[in-house]
Amino acid sequence: MSYIAKPNVSHPKAPKNELGLTERDYEGVVSTLCAGCGHDSVTAAIIQAVFELGIEPYKMCKISGIGCSSKTPAYFASQSHGFNSVHGRMPSVTTGANAANSALTYIGVSGDGDSLSIGMGQFAHVIRRNLDMCYVIENNGVYGLTKGQYSATADVGTVGKKGPANKQMPIDPVSTAIGLGATYIARGFSGAKEQLVPLIKGAIMHKGFALLDVISPCVTFNDHEGSTKSYAHTREHYHRVIKTDFVRPSEEIVAAYEAGDTMPIKLHDGSKIVFRRVDKDYDPTSRAAAFSYLRDSVNAGEIITGLLYIDEETGDMHDLSGSVSEPLSKIPYEELNPGADQLASLMDQYR
Amino acid sequence: MKSTDTSNPDYFHKVVDCQWACPAHTDVPGYIRLIAQGQFTDAYMLNRHSNIFPGILGRVCDRPCEPACRRGRIEDKPVAICRLKRVAADHREDITDRLPRAPAKTNGKKVALIGAGCASLAVANDLLPLGYEITIFEAHDTTGGLMRTNIPQFRLPPKVLDEEINNIVDMGADLKINHRIESMKELLDNDNYDAVFVGTGAPRGKELKLPGRYDSENIYIGIDWLECVAFEHIKKIGKKVLIIGVGNTAMDCCRSSLRLGATDVKVMARKPRAFFKASAWELEDAEEENVEIMVNHSPKEFVVENGKLTGMVFEQMEYTIDEKGRIDRGKVVGEVTIPCDDVILAIGQDNAFPWIERDIGIEFDEWECPVVNETTMMCSRDGVFFGGDSAFGPKNIIWAVAHGHEAAISIDKYCSGEDLQERLPRGVNLVSQKMGLHEWSFSNSYDAASRRLMPHVDLKERFKKIDIEVELGFTAEQAAAEVERCLNCDIQTVFTTKLCIECDACIDICPVDCLTMTEAGDEADLRSRLTAPAENTEQMLYVSDALPQTGRVMVKDEDLCVHCSLCAERCPTGAWDMRKSAIFIPQAEDEVASRESRSAASA
Ligand SMILES: Cc1cc2nc3c(=O)[nH]c(=O)nc-3n(C[C@H](O)[C@H](O)[C@H](O)COP(=O)(O)OP(=O)(O)OC[C@H]3O[C@@H](n4cnc5c(N)ncnc54)[C@H](O)[C@@H]3O)c2cc1C
Ligand SMILES: Cc1ncc(C[n+]2csc(CCOP(=O)(O)OP(=O)(O)O)c2C)c(N)n1
Ligand code: SF4
Ligand code: SF4
Ligand code: SF4
Ligand SMILES: [Mg+2]
Repeated sequence: MSYIAKPNVSHPKAPKNELGLTERDYEGVVSTLCAGCGHDSVTAAIIQAVFELGIEPYKMCKISGIGCSSKTPAYFASQSHGFNSVHGRMPSVTTGANAANSALTYIGVSGDGDSLSIGMGQFAHVIRRNLDMCYVIENNGVYGLTKGQYSATADVGTVGKKGPANKQMPIDPVSTAIGLGATYIARGFSGAKEQLVPLIKGAIMHKGFALLDVISPCVTFNDHEGSTKSYAHTREHYHRVIKTDFVRPSEEIVAAYEAGDTMPIKLHDGSKIVFRRVDKDYDPTSRAAAFSYLRDSVNAGEIITGLLYIDEETGDMHDLSGSVSEPLSKIPYEELNPGADQLASLMDQYR
Repeated sequence: MKSTDTSNPDYFHKVVDCQWACPAHTDVPGYIRLIAQGQFTDAYMLNRHSNIFPGILGRVCDRPCEPACRRGRIEDKPVAICRLKRVAADHREDITDRLPRAPAKTNGKKVALIGAGCASLAVANDLLPLGYEITIFEAHDTTGGLMRTNIPQFRLPPKVLDEEINNIVDMGADLKINHRIESMKELLDNDNYDAVFVGTGAPRGKELKLPGRYDSENIYIGIDWLECVAFEHIKKIGKKVLIIGVGNTAMDCCRSSLRLGATDVKVMARKPRAFFKASAWELEDAEEENVEIMVNHSPKEFVVENGKLTGMVFEQMEYTIDEKGRIDRGKVVGEVTIPCDDVILAIGQDNAFPWIERDIGIEFDEWECPVVNETTMMCSRDGVFFGGDSAFGPKNIIWAVAHGHEAAISIDKYCSGEDLQERLPRGVNLVSQKMGLHEWSFSNSYDAASRRLMPHVDLKERFKKIDIEVELGFTAEQAAAEVERCLNCDIQTVFTTKLCIECDACIDICPVDCLTMTEAGDEADLRSRLTAPAENTEQMLYVSDALPQTGRVMVKDEDLCVHCSLCAERCPTGAWDMRKSAIFIPQAEDEVASRESRSAASA
């Protein structure tokens, strides 16, 4: 931790977004995580993404559970709304918030422990609801905050700093999400921002549930030799199946792509995600194909990264339940609360 | 681009912009930190080691360090480096015990210094403690050269001059005042000096031979006029005064005029403001005193009626400036006569050596300047050295001091029969400033305070006498605030490639986006791929070797680093560290010490 705050000085030529804000305007307080923690790089990538998307800070809501990863929301967008909830309960708090106000951008940050151990049930159900949010798992294979116990994503054979190797099968959040019907599923690495930033932007702009599993090494408890979630191991084994560019409605596609390998997908707001397939046969719109590809890669010991699956057709929670899309606070009280008579007649319909 | 060779002492030296820009390489951040700690005497002595005249320079230095100061790139205004020097001088205690002293026994070598200006005094300062017998010949009846005869007392009080000059002369120089050297040949032939140093300045003011120039007595050459004012031969001037030229001499002439009775003073400039020679701060000080500066007026002729100067005719000019900022020769668009009582010509100085014979082996170039080696300061005749304005034309005090240090090294080598070119190399020593897990030896947080304004004597009060010093010096509170503006550029970010695990922590934390990890490439290519624009090519890129995990390189753009230490503080492995660079600039005493240790080793 730093005793001094990040000083209030910036590059005189730091770029500004359409709101006239610089990236520094999207910062939070200085991180109190261990120096070198992957989670801080994820924070930096989120800052870059929301800066580039030009999101009004007051139209953004950051939610988390418990864990080192769950401290992340304190470190970005100081001027946004935020809720640091109970361990594993970030999905239901976000569901409530989104039900009341779907006009905000929801960024949930969680850990592998927070989502896949104590919060597994909540995780599964928020996916089922296709809640419109960007859900980031900062995945380090351990419970960082409680000093490095194996988490549910620890691979078989990985060794902790002390004690025996892990023997239990890991839960892979990506395959789980594919199985549960998530509509945007990606994996990134905290040490590869050029890939991570467009993935975050796509996840934010996707309408529906977007899962981002980010390998985010724990420098203190899980960055040694023998760990399968260290910086070095991740760098050695990661494989980009697909390169993803995020293109805003106002922008033109400028990068040069080789014909046949690209595949633009339009998001509901008009922005585009352009895929460049490294692996020619990969089809990110086929749930079955994504699933089997992932299974094969796990067997080969590869860490597959990129935007692995996308479905822009399925409606989000509000579409599925037919609820209103305006924020409840904007609806006049009389309309919001039509009175006891209306309630009674509604109840009668179900008698 | 190859990885950076930080063992070259110039690399880290350049990062300390002020010290690099200072001709005498004063350790600016070092003395600013000492002031911050209230160690005024130490701050003074650290200054004195490099620049000899902290009290004088703290008031009138040309301060090339300030336009170079990094703070000026982060925000508008640089650190008030120069005036902080004065703070050290104003608040120091008695330094008698800490001044260099001449040894009881001389080394038997005799050196003549011609002129008692700052250049000669610097040579004396370095050679007296080494045992040299120094004789100084000075034409005037006093020391200091232009510092005394031309820089007005309202900028530089004689008391300050006397004290710092005496500290040198009193070491035991033989000062011969009222002793103009009329023939170099005679001096070289008749007296047996082992070496001769010429520090006679550039004493001739440039003429402006326009019609009417010699028809009135009220037309003066600026530096001669200022000298007459200093020696009180001139005590008043007319009401309306025109100053021709807009360099620093012009600024002293216009402000002196105001103190001798003038009420309407105009500085006439041929070109637009962007092309003025005077420093911004000198212009500011003159304008504060209501001097009018008129641009685009080219002098044409003096108007003298019945032997009395009544005005001057100017051509009104118009210029075009191209996109590179270059100005053309201009065209005349009109003519105007401006009434005046006196005109002072301040359009520059030339060197003049009527007393050096041209057949004694001292070569002169086409501009009548001696041919002098820039490293050794020796001219074409062995054993004769030049420095200050006499060497390469008019410069300033701090350059004269820097020349003096180099000449002293050469004179010592010459008298010891050594090769003048084989000088001790510069060096750099790096020491980590980490004091604890999150603690640094220095005040590393960025202080957003803006530059303090120098308090001045009231605009009425100051004109009452010619020797009222206008600047009052910083108050204690101002000094305390100003020192915190210094970014400690000498506390360097030093990178150890093999320790880096490429976690990005340093890159994410850097407030000014100095750092990038990227694929290697040549410099122009790298500059286009950095985290933030890196357009200032005067500042270096610090490039690492290939990083252990990905083979990329760590690149630091030195341009805007605020030396906040956050990169080092957030680095989990200590790959970045903050280390204080001490730059070693050898002086004559170091050459002697090295000679002595070499001879001890071979004995
Ligand atoms: C009006 C004016 C204002 C200036 N203001 C500043 C300022 O604010 N800051 C700054 O840094 N610089 C300033 N300068 C420049 C600075 O004064 C000179 O660069 C500096 O003094 C040069 O030092 P020097 O030792 O080379 O020569 P000088 O200071 O010129 O000293 C030469 C000495 O040699 C003596 N001498 C000459 N010929 C002989 C001879 N034949 N025999 C014996 N003695 C001789 C002279 O009498 C004189 O004392 C100013 C210059 C002028 C003209
Ligand atoms: C209800 C409850 N159970 C247990 C804990 C203890 N606890 C705090 S954080 C944590 C695990 C966090 O792991 P993860 O989500 O992976 O976050 P990391 O610290 O690794 O980023 C646990 C078990 C708790 N805070 N609350
Ligand atoms: S900030 Fe301080 S150390 Fe850096 S250039 Fe300016 S005065 Fe020198
Ligand atoms: S010291 Fe480090 S973090 Fe601070 S400005 Fe310089 S490079 Fe950036
Ligand atoms: S913080 Fe240290 S280990 Fe991490 S990238 Fe920077 S230099 Fe390398
Ligand atoms: Mg974890």
